[in-house]
Amino acid sequence: MLEHYMIQGSSYASHIDGLVWVVLLITTFWFLLAEGMFFYLLWRYREQPGKKALYINDDLEHAIKYKWVEIPHRLILICDVAVILGAVSVWSEVKLSMPVTDETVRITAQQWAWTFRHAGADGELDTADDIVTVDDLHVQLGKTYKFELAAKDVLHSFSVPVFRLKQDAIPGRVISGWFKPTQAGEFDVQCAEICGIGHGIMPARLYVETPEAHAEWIAHPTHYLAYKNK
Amino acid sequence: MAESHAHDAHAHDHHEEGWFKKYFWSTDHKMIAKQYLLTGMLLGAVGAYFAYVFRMQLAFPNKPVPGYGLVTGADYNALITNHGAVMIFWVAMPVLIAAFGNFLIPLMIGCDDMVFPRLNRLSYQIFLVSAIVLGASFLVEGGAFGGAWTAYPPLSAKAEYNLTPLGPSLWLIAVALEFVAFLLGGINFVTTAMNSRAPGMKAFDIPMAVWMIVIASILFMASVGPLIAGAFMLLFDQLLGTGFFDPDRGGDPVLWQHLFWFFGHPEVYVVLLPALGFVAEIITTFSRKKLFAYKTVLYTTIGTGVLSFFVWAHHQFIAGIDPRMANVFTVTTVLISIPIAEMCFVYIATLYGGSIRFAVPMLWALAFIAEFLVGGVTGIYLGASGADIYFHDTYFVVAHFHYTFFPIAIIGTFSGVTYWYPKMFGRHMNELWNKVHFWITIVGFNGIFIPLFMLGASGDHRRIFDYSNFPELATPELQQLRVFATVSLLVMLAIQPVFLINFFYSMFKGKKAEANPWNANTLEWQCPSPPPHGNFAVLPEVYRGPYEFSAPDRADDFWPQNSPT
Repeated sequence: MLEHYMIQGSSYASHIDGLVWVVLLITTFWFLLAEGMFFYLLWRYREQPGKKALYINDDLEHAIKYKWVEIPHRLILICDVAVILGAVSVWSEVKLSMPVTDETVRITAQQWAWTFRHAGADGELDTADDIVTVDDLHVQLGKTYKFELAAKDVLHSFSVPVFRLKQDAIPGRVISGWFKPTQAGEFDVQCAEICGIGHGIMPARLYVETPEAHAEWIAHPTHYLAYKNK
Repeated sequence: MAESHAHDAHAHDHHEEGWFKKYFWSTDHKMIAKQYLLTGMLLGAVGAYFAYVFRMQLAFPNKPVPGYGLVTGADYNALITNHGAVMIFWVAMPVLIAAFGNFLIPLMIGCDDMVFPRLNRLSYQIFLVSAIVLGASFLVEGGAFGGAWTAYPPLSAKAEYNLTPLGPSLWLIAVALEFVAFLLGGINFVTTAMNSRAPGMKAFDIPMAVWMIVIASILFMASVGPLIAGAFMLLFDQLLGTGFFDPDRGGDPVLWQHLFWFFGHPEVYVVLLPALGFVAEIITTFSRKKLFAYKTVLYTTIGTGVLSFFVWAHHQFIAGIDPRMANVFTVTTVLISIPIAEMCFVYIATLYGGSIRFAVPMLWALAFIAEFLVGGVTGIYLGASGADIYFHDTYFVVAHFHYTFFPIAIIGTFSGVTYWYPKMFGRHMNELWNKVHFWITIVGFNGIFIPLFMLGASGDHRRIFDYSNFPELATPELQQLRVFATVSLLVMLAIQPVFLINFFYSMFKGKKAEANPWNANTLEWQCPSPPPHGNFAVLPEVYRGPYEFSAPDRADDFWPQNSPT
């Protein structure tokens, strides 16, 4: 369902969207069943002159309860197991595993800007050719990136909707994660955790570039923040 | 204790009480209930006004809002923060638990007043002070707190980050006072229901509304402790310079989130349960049916309550907790669907074989079931950790919890008010205008929040006062959805005065109500409308359960709990 609203821009985007499909199918089934039964009963048992309501004694209740409560109870349990398995497997892929990565990008959030430290031509961080930008993240299509996320002041959240990636940044900690862009283009980066009066003016841009365009950018970084390496 | 108080109360009746004493210093549970109800309604209007202002800003960005003016980023944050806080702490809690708990518990269990009437009076007075402190936070230098109702530090802890030096402290003090008020109320509810039941009323003869309010009070008391501790730690961080949540000094901001949500999630059920209780009373009365599977309802309620203490971190999947923990909380969260779904099925099953009359309270109760189901199923998307990575802090979340809280706090309240109005005020509201109000409110409500599901799926993140900085979100299509939601809100708000006029006009000019206008069984309908001080002329005895409708071999289709034959 989500793919109709937002491009799938990372290797795991389709897995998250698949999980949403599973949840959508299961919940739609139960929702329609419950609402359908509900409105049917409302119509079927509307007040009619001379008709008295049914009195349910304990024996009858016991029999009906099996049909109305215990069978649905078991079926929902099965559905829950399916949802949990899907959720845990997708979660493990995105948040628990760390594949072999090609490059690392360091992300620092502060009120109200993003600083991105790219590895530069040598592919290594903390070297002289690092490229540091503000509010611009440049990555290469198909490469697997590790990110190291930190915050300087308050909580922020690094959110890239096309990647289906979101991770809060916490001052005093460095949180790692990964992504692999699969769709070239220019996309939004959001701060998704309220961070003060400038929370709404904390966008950044993500540029997913082909290897040639990325090499070109590394050679001539636009939006380049003059930065002296230590 | 209740009995000795009854003598006091009757003694008081003989000499005329002053106006002040009667309306402001009363220890009568019914008067305190009305104080809570009216204060809650007033604050509901305030919360609705906040929603109006920020929804107008979202639909028509950076244009002056009629009745407010230009909305700045700081204003916007303060409005959303206090909309959430007011609606939960100063509307849902006082109306659902305090107003109805006070009004219904003594009447439904057949006693003359609460066990601790003076504690009850104190509870309302502290509540009133808390509301005044909250109001004061708008008047201080820097303005009201704007760090979201969840008040995550460090933003909430330091003035240099939130730019409101006094607002956050006043906000926290207001919230802490409000908790004290409800602790006092909760003690009263639980003790009264345990000790003052009419002779013959055994555990399974207690009306579901009373059970639900009592269980909600226990959940509240069991969950609020950590948050009160947390609130004081945060207050110390703000005012005394401690570092509980300050990472620079060895504190941990995520600790607050645990303390907050350990309370925050059970809190959802604290307000849900009373509404479920009203719905049980109403659907049985208007379908002339026994509540299906009374014990199942009770056990699933307790089960939900217990489980609700083990799900809190689903609010924090991506907040920087150990990601392995998310798996545990996904399991507990998704499992909560079982008792909740069972409860929905049992309620729907109650309609089977009924003789359903669509009176106004019944319309609201049925709307509760139909709408709450939407809130229930959309919760699965968020409880499934993998999907929550995308949905977290988007409008999908906003739409989801409004599909639970609106049925609870607004639809539940309207169901309760329209059902017990004849008992509270001795008169009937106008049925036609109530139906008009019902339909426009329900259509408006869905018109607000269905577009928000789509906005959330499109990536709209929360608490953003202007989307023009986000090219993916600043599209005409999404803006149309935002405008649609705001227009729906305007329609819904525009019809509310009809209810208010009906409410106050009928208090004085409505058709007089009999003692038992709906032919219901529970004890509150066996005393006069409105009940006098002391409630029952003769304290009732109970012979059967609360839902013996349409029993065979009886001419009447109802059978009051206190009727010997």
